[in-house]
Amino acid sequence: MPVRYTSDLAEHDAVRTNAGLFDISHMAEIFVSGPNSASFLDYCLVIKSSAISVGKAKYALICNEQGGIIDDLIVYRLAEEEFLVIANAGNRHQVVAALNQRANDFGFSGVEDKSDDFALLAVQGPTATVKLQTIVDVDLSTLPYYSIDRGVIDGVAGYLCRTGYTGEDGFEVLVPSSSAIQIFNALINAGITPCGLAARDTLRLEAGMPLYGHELNLNINPYQAGFGKVVKLDREEDFVGKKALLELSAQEANPVLVGLVGEGKRAARAEYKVLNGDTEIGEITSGALSPTLGYPVAMAYVDRALSEVGSKVDVDIRGNRLTMTVVKLPFYKRSK
Amino acid sequence: MSNPTNLKYTKEHEWVSVEGDVATIGITAYAAEKLGDVVFVDLPKVGSATTYMKICGEIESTKSVGELYAPLDGEVVEINSGVIDAPETVNSDPFGAGWLIKVRFTDLPTLMTAQEYDALTGEA
Repeated sequence: MPVRYTSDLAEHDAVRTNAGLFDISHMAEIFVSGPNSASFLDYCLVIKSSAISVGKAKYALICNEQGGIIDDLIVYRLAEEEFLVIANAGNRHQVVAALNQRANDFGFSGVEDKSDDFALLAVQGPTATVKLQTIVDVDLSTLPYYSIDRGVIDGVAGYLCRTGYTGEDGFEVLVPSSSAIQIFNALINAGITPCGLAARDTLRLEAGMPLYGHELNLNINPYQAGFGKVVKLDREEDFVGKKALLELSAQEANPVLVGLVGEGKRAARAEYKVLNGDTEIGEITSGALSPTLGYPVAMAYVDRALSEVGSKVDVDIRGNRLTMTVVKLPFYKRSK
Repeated sequence: MSNPTNLKYTKEHEWVSVEGDVATIGITAYAAEKLGDVVFVDLPKVGSATTYMKICGEIESTKSVGELYAPLDGEVVEINSGVIDAPETVNSDPFGAGWLIKVRFTDLPTLMTAQEYDALTGEA
């Protein structure tokens, strides 16, 4: 995936107003299948995968024993005893290693990393569904948000997942790697604009979605990242990190992730310091001049004392101060 | 895009057009393309001094921040308000309407020729 095909802003705009195509084949596809696959995933992840209905998906985290985040994932239930776990490319080996270790501890043997066998193409934007529909055999309107179905895409059998990372409606299309170029071209011919990593980053930022390595890492726990509700503590079975997460859930998380907005055109970018007067109280994790909104938006970890919506903080932008205000995430929400 | 032969260049990707004792300065097409869509330009004030190869401004894209290095010692006599209002001009016409500042100078340092700059950026 290139940073851009033509223009970051044009590609960003294509997704917000029309339809954009992202080649996210670098992401990891891990299949978990066989007897006890649901209870195995319940043990591995912070969500209750066994409660996901067949054909549905759920956002999840995989944590370590300390409650630190190894990765964020989407778990799709393909069948009663078959799950697809999509992990970040950069964490593929860590996630697979953790699942294999946990499989060993749990006495389970159905974890298969099939990342190399599959290409994943995201089609996102208000016209994405209509355009994708022209080359698939299933009625996409019957697939609700966060669901998955098998389908034939331009003659190729694959999966259609109504998920994404842009804040727009759309699908992620999973096909065999050998058909990747064919399907990519078919989607372009369907009138969908190819988009690069730069647009993907500004789109997910506006939608308030975290990026592993920026908002999430091993030293961050779900309560700091605003994902307390993702963690299902109220269940009988044990899961990796449960003890630590139970303790963390009873404490006040600090620092915590917030959204920040400012005026003007100057962006507060990742790693810039957040200040209260002259005291450093946090750090920007992602930030840009929002292409859709026209003002600077950022996510940051800040001291919880200044994390309330409406709090004013300063950001040191290469020696200049920008006053920013804490807002509720996301920055951008599509009109239904 | 080829680099105009009537301009001088720096290794930090500024171009310089000299007319009398005033140099018009911008960033090259190569630099603009590497930055991506320019969304914000911060230029020095008219009347401020520039120092050879010291940062005097910033060019921001959605993805990153580029620095404007002064190609010569002098005094800023004009800034391009057009690019402040429409930063995308830096991408669409880097060697023309996308110019950034004009600097009055007394001595002109040795700058790169278009040929030398082509070699630096790997353009034939």
